[in-house]
Amino acid sequence: MPEPAFSQHPTHGEAPPGDPRIFHHSFPATAMAVRDALRSALARFIRVMTEEEAGTLELILAEVLNNIVEHSYHDSAKGHVTLSIVRDKRGLSCSVSDDGIALPPSCFCPDARANCDRPDPESLPEGGFGWFLIRDLATDLGYHRHEGRNLFAFRLPIAPLHERRSN
Amino acid sequence: MNLSAEACEGALVVHVEEARLDAAIALLFKERMREVTAQPGGRVLLDMSEVEFLDSSGLGAVVAVMKSLAPNRRLELCGLTNNVDKVFRLTRMDSVFAIHPDVVTALEEGRKYA
Repeated sequence: MPEPAFSQHPTHGEAPPGDPRIFHHSFPATAMAVRDALRSALARFIRVMTEEEAGTLELILAEVLNNIVEHSYHDSAKGHVTLSIVRDKRGLSCSVSDDGIALPPSCFCPDARANCDRPDPESLPEGGFGWFLIRDLATDLGYHRHEGRNLFAFRLPIAPLHERRSN
Repeated sequence: MNLSAEACEGALVVHVEEARLDAAIALLFKERMREVTAQPGGRVLLDMSEVEFLDSSGLGAVVAVMKSLAPNRRLELCGLTNNVDKVFRLTRMDSVFAIHPDVVTALEEGRKYA
């Protein structure tokens, strides 16, 4: 089914027309549970994305979710993560929430220009790639801390269905 | 963590027999690499052709292994699949590794410079 052309003035807060694909999943804060969540999320959207887009979605989600497991919950395996993804006409809108510690402001700088914070390869860094990849690949990043809960949202633009390569 | 190693023309070829090299397995990967490279030797060729997904934790682990082998031994990468190659390119870490299309090509290049 062809999708309508992009609106010049996208509206917010309204349900997109048609039948949006929605994914909602809550799981324990462990690296193995993240693997399962990624598998389920990918399975849900694989038919509306190219292979390249699916790879990008999996990488962003892995970075966001494993950050929560490792840092928000300090690898304690105590706590839950909730992931919601909605396919709309501009791509995928993702939101992730958890009850762990607040995200340090240094992790999330909405004004950061892409590539400005890539770890220097020559220094042979073993970390610091996660947030670089999230900021590089995702758009519309937003973070909100409310009543002890972290809410992190981002978008992944993907090509409209009718512009997809047939594969 | 499934990993196998074989000596081949003066190189140690290590096959990563996992579809994912990610946060769930990064520490185990470093430990297993330490075990299989415990004996002194030449270059280490890491065959990643079975790895379909690499995240920043997996990348960090590969870098850590390279650093632990230096300066006497060099870690070279072989058979990067599309998604794995993309992570190396996005982070520019492809600039600090020798990356070969596959193990056979890596061994041929070794013979050329022997």
